[in-house]
Amino acid sequence: MITAGFEYHRPTSLDEALMLMERYGEGARPLAGGTDLVVRLKDGRDEPGAVVDLKGIKELERLEASDDALLIGALVTFTDIIESELVREKLPLLWEAATNVASMGVRNRATLVGNICSAVPSLDSGPALLVHEADVLVRGPDGHRRIPITEWFTGPKRTALGAGELVTGVAVPLPRDAHAGCYVRAGRYAGEDLAQVGAAALALEGDRYRVAFCAVGPVATRARDIEAVLNGRPLDTDIIEEAVTLVPDEIAPITDIRASKEYRAHMAGVLLTRALRTAASRLAGDGPGYGERVV
Amino acid sequence: MVQELTITVNGEERMVPVEPNETLLEVLRDRLGITSPKCGCDRGDCGACTVLLDGRSVRSCLVLAVEAAGHEVTTLEGLNRDGLTPLQQAFLDRNAFQCGFCAPGIILTVTDLLERNPNPSREDVQEALTGNLCRCTGYAPIIDAVLETIGGER
Repeated sequence: MITAGFEYHRPTSLDEALMLMERYGEGARPLAGGTDLVVRLKDGRDEPGAVVDLKGIKELERLEASDDALLIGALVTFTDIIESELVREKLPLLWEAATNVASMGVRNRATLVGNICSAVPSLDSGPALLVHEADVLVRGPDGHRRIPITEWFTGPKRTALGAGELVTGVAVPLPRDAHAGCYVRAGRYAGEDLAQVGAAALALEGDRYRVAFCAVGPVATRARDIEAVLNGRPLDTDIIEEAVTLVPDEIAPITDIRASKEYRAHMAGVLLTRALRTAASRLAGDGPGYGERVV
Repeated sequence: MVQELTITVNGEERMVPVEPNETLLEVLRDRLGITSPKCGCDRGDCGACTVLLDGRSVRSCLVLAVEAAGHEVTTLEGLNRDGLTPLQQAFLDRNAFQCGFCAPGIILTVTDLLERNPNPSREDVQEALTGNLCRCTGYAPIIDAVLETIGGER
């Protein structure tokens, strides 16, 4: 039950939504899927003056590719992503990450943009967006901004979004070269649970790799020192072992109800290994299919 | 601020005054008397409140009633108006529920799954049901009942 009252608005244009965000200032909360916001309202952790429901704004439903990027509008749900042939074909790593989010009933409602706006450290969409070097598209009182995803997460549940601004979508560049990825996560059991550790690897033609983690630090992060070790050499056991020795420097896990920091640190190395091997084998054309279990 | 909400529930257009802070689950149960969706965890984890919104399974405890304006809600009451569905009959035949608290949510979730994927594997069924908790049966008879309705495990 939500005990505090609030006003509800359902604008039909982005301009109208921005006006409402300005009118209610600090008391305004944008609403897309609501799977995080409504829980916060029930807990009394958030008592907004007004909820601005974005679902009347058609342009935010866009899920389309241009020549060089895939645009994911703020109303695109994880189910939309999973059912999109476009995402499956162009960005299978993001597709694989989406299949890991919560449960079907939540994915039918929850949006990718809402996921990055809630910005919990364990967000499944984070590592894939980081290795694909996505931009967050923002509209505010002063016009448009593009925020690189590497600068987006500023702390647990904190982002670079400014006052009165709305995220209209995410632009994910389409790699020009052949590529393959893998997102793998550890949970207490298979199925609906927040990740204890998540790791994404993106393998690009020519022995180039990008790596990112979630749930092992205050924010999801790229692991650039690990990438430096991997780049330019054919992947083998020695190189992977060397990369794994760098994992403790790249992460800052904590102990909580889901896992100890020692377990998280260990599993980050294990999952990095699985993600790298899987991404490399997928690039070579003999890996497991996307969505198949690799742990 | 009370708003007049118009929603289609189980094929009938209903008008009901609601506050913005009321969830769809609360309005269905307390204002419309539709009690198959249950309030379990009230935070989207247990799946007992599952309803179909425009044919897709959602957590009605995480949907504000005002968000459903102009949309179509289907609960178990709407699903079996012409008698039990084959899925419900399979549940009955296999004793796939005991207390029954989770059953409406599970049947609606599986209805959504079969709509999208008429021929799911056992793993597909398990994955679709990860967000629907049952504390009685241990899930095995539930999953068996689902597989029975699609003509057995493939």
